[in-house]
Amino acid sequence: MANPASSEAYVRFDGVQKSYDGVNLVVKDLNVDIPRGEFLTMLGPSGSGKTTSLMMLAGFETATHGDIFLNGRSINNVAPHKRGIGMVFQNYALFPHMTVAENLAFPLQVRKMSRADVEEKVQRALDMVELGEFGNRRPAQLSGGQQQRVAVARALVFEPDLVLMDEPLGALDKNLREQMQYEIKHIHERLGVTVVYVTHDQSEALTMSNRVAVFEDGRIQQLAPPVELYEKPENAFVAQFIGENNKLTGKVDALADGICEVVLDSGDRVKALDVNTDGAGMATTLSLRPERVFLNPTEGQCQNMFSGKAEEVIYLGDHIRVRMNVCGHNDFIVKVPNSSDKKGLAEGDTIPVGWSIDDCRALDA
Amino acid sequence: MSISVEANKGELAPEEQKRLKADLHRSLRRNKIRASMLVAPLVIFIIVTFVAPIGNMLYRSVDDPLVSDFMPQTTAALEGWDEQQLPDEAIYAALAQDIIEGRKAKTIGKAAKRLNYEKSGMRSLIMGTSRKHKKIQAPYKESLVDIKKGWGDLDNWKVIKRLGASVTASYYINAFDMETSPEGEVSFVDPKEQIYLKLFWRTIWMSMLITGMTVLLGYPVSYLLASLPMKTANVLMILVLLPFWTSLLVRTSSWIAMLQAQGILNDLLVWFGIIADEARIQMIYNAIGTVVAMTHILLPFMILPLYSVMKTVPPSYLRAARSLGATPWTAFWQVYLPQTVPGISAGAILVFILSIGYYITPALVGGQSGQFIGNLIAYHMQGSLNWGLAAALGVMLLVLVLGIYGVYNRVVGTNSVKLG
Repeated sequence: MANPASSEAYVRFDGVQKSYDGVNLVVKDLNVDIPRGEFLTMLGPSGSGKTTSLMMLAGFETATHGDIFLNGRSINNVAPHKRGIGMVFQNYALFPHMTVAENLAFPLQVRKMSRADVEEKVQRALDMVELGEFGNRRPAQLSGGQQQRVAVARALVFEPDLVLMDEPLGALDKNLREQMQYEIKHIHERLGVTVVYVTHDQSEALTMSNRVAVFEDGRIQQLAPPVELYEKPENAFVAQFIGENNKLTGKVDALADGICEVVLDSGDRVKALDVNTDGAGMATTLSLRPERVFLNPTEGQCQNMFSGKAEEVIYLGDHIRVRMNVCGHNDFIVKVPNSSDKKGLAEGDTIPVGWSIDDCRALDA
Repeated sequence: MSISVEANKGELAPEEQKRLKADLHRSLRRNKIRASMLVAPLVIFIIVTFVAPIGNMLYRSVDDPLVSDFMPQTTAALEGWDEQQLPDEAIYAALAQDIIEGRKAKTIGKAAKRLNYEKSGMRSLIMGTSRKHKKIQAPYKESLVDIKKGWGDLDNWKVIKRLGASVTASYYINAFDMETSPEGEVSFVDPKEQIYLKLFWRTIWMSMLITGMTVLLGYPVSYLLASLPMKTANVLMILVLLPFWTSLLVRTSSWIAMLQAQGILNDLLVWFGIIADEARIQMIYNAIGTVVAMTHILLPFMILPLYSVMKTVPPSYLRAARSLGATPWTAFWQVYLPQTVPGISAGAILVFILSIGYYITPALVGGQSGQFIGNLIAYHMQGSLNWGLAAALGVMLLVLVLGIYGVYNRVVGTNSVKLG
């Protein structure tokens, strides 16, 4: 069975660049190793180069510079149909003039499989996505979620080792999307195929992936497992892009033992982990997750203590969201779990807030 | 006015339904009237310029009043005749009356001409008799046979009786390259003398050829247009539409300049030494000229529907096919082409129906071998003035087109046709 931790790269992007117009680089120096069996998600805002990277891997775009290796072999000059990569498209791209079964049989027939084999594999693939009865329907007669399943089944029916998915859940409504996330995740776990998944939806990326590559401006900003990505963002973009984030700007004043002291624009001094600063005297951005801020902290619980004024209190059922004015930032968000011992907090209250050094990361400006 | 709704069901009681329907009808009436007012001008225009002329043509193709109008007494008297032997004295008397009166009114010639279409010799028989009208006297039978022996011939009488009916199939019999023997039997003429059927066949197969050519030439162009970025595609689209802005005559004439024996193409071939000067290729005033010029003229009618359909086929289908392992050719043949069939259908039916009734271009560049049935219809309208035959041919063409459309509808289905 495939092992995500396998050291040998199954897919490798080596210094890949892409330009459409010869003026701007859409993908700048992409280097990724994807081990066999991994579920890797390329996450980023639109125009960040993630889809272009996927298309280069599929063979629909050519790299302007650099090499893409599949199983140790450069595939720059291999035609898309010879790469043997399954792909799920944004709008499914199910052939409307064929039935579901014919759609699934298509990749098998072009591989000149015998009729019996084709029928068996098609049925197995349909059963896998729980659409065993729908073989004779046309794609247009299926719901969005069913079409999605057919698209996944079609990409897997010829048993490729690598499957690419280009925002496959973008057209589905929220509930269905979440359900499909689990289904795709489970199919991946069961079959052990390598999956490269493109999305701009971070919860999708965090739910499904072994590792997530956050794209911005044609570069990977951070490539890490979901936990690390959220807990330990390496730069301000990732911190801001993944999850909710409080951003405090200031200048590094002193550095010692991986901890830096930062003077905020408001003049307040904050101690933070030195993750990605340019040294003393340089500008920096502090990143702090809203749920890691304590209201009315007990003595000694937090190294950073300030007082904040509650500007807005929003009740969200499982937690309470408080927008506060802290250190001159009036968009400072605090999430308070809705536990029974919490006393009501009213708008306009001024109360002490605090957070620990470990939760506050000093990143690039 | 409130309407009580039955509990639970939401369905109204019968008398309430009735009232609701009346209300609904009243509230929609005004819109219906307004809508019909908007379409009225077009409906009237179509009735006047399209339905009425076609009705008139249908009528003319079977209407044959000349003999019954201008030989009224003879045709009336012949109604009871058994065709077994020469008519009796009363009928001869009626004929004598018709000829004498027709001579005075100068209308007998028309009847004679019409009879002559059917059987040659009839004209000289009647006109000859008419010239010697002074000799006509009772007993008429003897006297007439004396003047012209033809009046003693049973066949001539049969022809008069047959044409005496004011409704006739004779134009259709003619248009189907058939003839009626004096005995009234209908049979095909000698295949060598066939004109109309041969022309119909030629019109059909050349129209098919032209349709095929426009598909072959138009498909790649449409694909290019559909896959290029909008800006470039628009410029190219103007080139496609340019012929629409040029007169049909100009376009056809320029093909003459291109293709004629001393034309540009032949000159170039000679100049490059591909053909000898005395072996210039005849490319115009024959079937080649018609096919080339008409393909060019009708090409936009193929490209436009094809383009509009191809525009709606997302490129991801081709990519999906490739990613599933299909070669570019398989992807095109099994995935792209089937989805553009509605465009091909629409273009093909448009081009085919347009070309089957085409007239000007074959007339200008078709010579002998590139004539279409439309040219012969025009000839009978303007040249021979045999409007009945022209109408019969026109009706046959109309039925042919409707028939082809019907078959097409059964096989392909008009639902799959997409014009935009």
